Amino acid sequence: MHRTAYLLLADGRFPSGGHAHSSGLEAAVAAGRVTDLPGLEAFLHGRLSYAAPVTAAFTAATHLSAARMGRAPCSTHSDVKVPFLSLDRELEARTVSPALRLASRRQGRALLRAGRNTWPSEVYGHLPKHADGPHQPLALGVTAAAAGLSTEEAAQVAAYGVLTGPASAAVRLLGLDPYQVQNLLARMAGVCDEIAAAAAAVAHKSPQELPAHAAPLADISAELHATWEVRLFAS
Amino acid sequence: MRADHAYDHDETVPHTHPEPGVDPHPPLPRLDRAVRIGIGGPVGSGKTALVAALCRALAGELRLAVVTNDIYTTEDADFLKRAGVLDPSRIRAVETGCCPHTAIRDDISANLDAVEELEEALGPLDLVLVESGGDNLTATFSKGLVDQQIFVVDVAGGDKVPRKGGPGVTTADLLVINKTDLAPLVGADLSVMDRDARARRGTLPTIFQSIAQDPHASQVADWVRHVVAHAVGVHGHDHVHAGAH
Repeated sequence: MHRTAYLLLADGRFPSGGHAHSSGLEAAVAAGRVTDLPGLEAFLHGRLSYAAPVTAAFTAATHLSAARMGRAPCSTHSDVKVPFLSLDRELEARTVSPALRLASRRQGRALLRAGRNTWPSEVYGHLPKHADGPHQPLALGVTAAAAGLSTEEAAQVAAYGVLTGPASAAVRLLGLDPYQVQNLLARMAGVCDEIAAAAAAVAHKSPQELPAHAAPLADISAELHATWEVRLFAS
Repeated sequence: MRADHAYDHDETVPHTHPEPGVDPHPPLPRLDRAVRIGIGGPVGSGKTALVAALCRALAGELRLAVVTNDIYTTEDADFLKRAGVLDPSRIRAVETGCCPHTAIRDDISANLDAVEELEEALGPLDLVLVESGGDNLTATFSKGLVDQQIFVVDVAGGDKVPRKGGPGVTTADLLVINKTDLAPLVGADLSVMDRDARARRGTLPTIFQSIAQDPHASQVADWVRHVVAHAVGVHGHDHVHAGAH
């Protein structure tokens, strides 16, 4: 594996559609819940406590299956589809907001397109087919496997992405000082690393046993956001 | 994925050559998708009005769809739907997260998804117009998204715009200088714009027009017809589809 591949996949400039999503930040800004840097910090801590463990664990579990498939002979590949489908269903059940399901699948589809063009592999073809695309963590797990990353690195990219998407949206929506925002992200790095390590540690478990944190306010906000006539971000 | 959507008419485009048997051109690419034309330019230059005019002119003869990239999600798409120039099912809005230029240049995934969804929902298309959100003089389309691009400026934005240049004015396959009817009112000198555009663009074409006087944007529509008929700039499949459906 090339360490540069890890950086490429984690880079916010990797063209995987993320720039159009604020991960709930636009709704929180409009509701007056995030107005400044401390507000962003609280929002991101929230994201790290409910979204990151789930996203990172499903990414890691998908990566583990995909990496096993990559090493296995082709004749046994049909056996590996089963965890993908189960991971898809379990993540769908954990994503109660239809708007967030769609946002996850749209981002998964965009990531899949970028992954397929960047690190071609037959492993992408084993993801469950869905009209709106695969869930983002599944697409990320498979792409990370195709790129040659380890399971923990895949989880790290997932947890990091949970932070950087809304942080970048905050710079655009609130005009926050970009240095202060980077400083905030650097201060959260330790927590982010711990979440990635914990996710990699449960990657071998059955999909039913993976983390299932939820945040009802985020779900409700996402549903309301989807009905806005005028919005800047897709979610 | 869409190999069965190749166009029949593409193989029957009439050819005439001065010396039969000596074809200096490479064969036309076999299209398995619609020709995609990007329409970009600064805020208020008349991009949406041009798209509406092209729909008026071309919807009866080409299988046409439109993707809009407005800053406010559906504003331009709603305008087109209200204008009644194209069936609403043929118009899609892409959300750009405050960055209309990112969505057409650096990360084109949402636009490619929209184009593919339209082709899937409507069947084979001849032409997809991708309208960028109003941006600045540096915003251009990725070649991974569109085959040809039109850059739209207007005389009311000042007759210095062509001289200032920028990637849009300099490199667009077609430069449209819009709202020529306003030139006397804003003191814009069209001959200066023409001279500067030629200096910037070399042999690339520039069209002066007023949609107020020509609601079908006849010259631009002719240019589009030529691009579609000859698949100008189309390189066939240049990347892998998302393929998740």
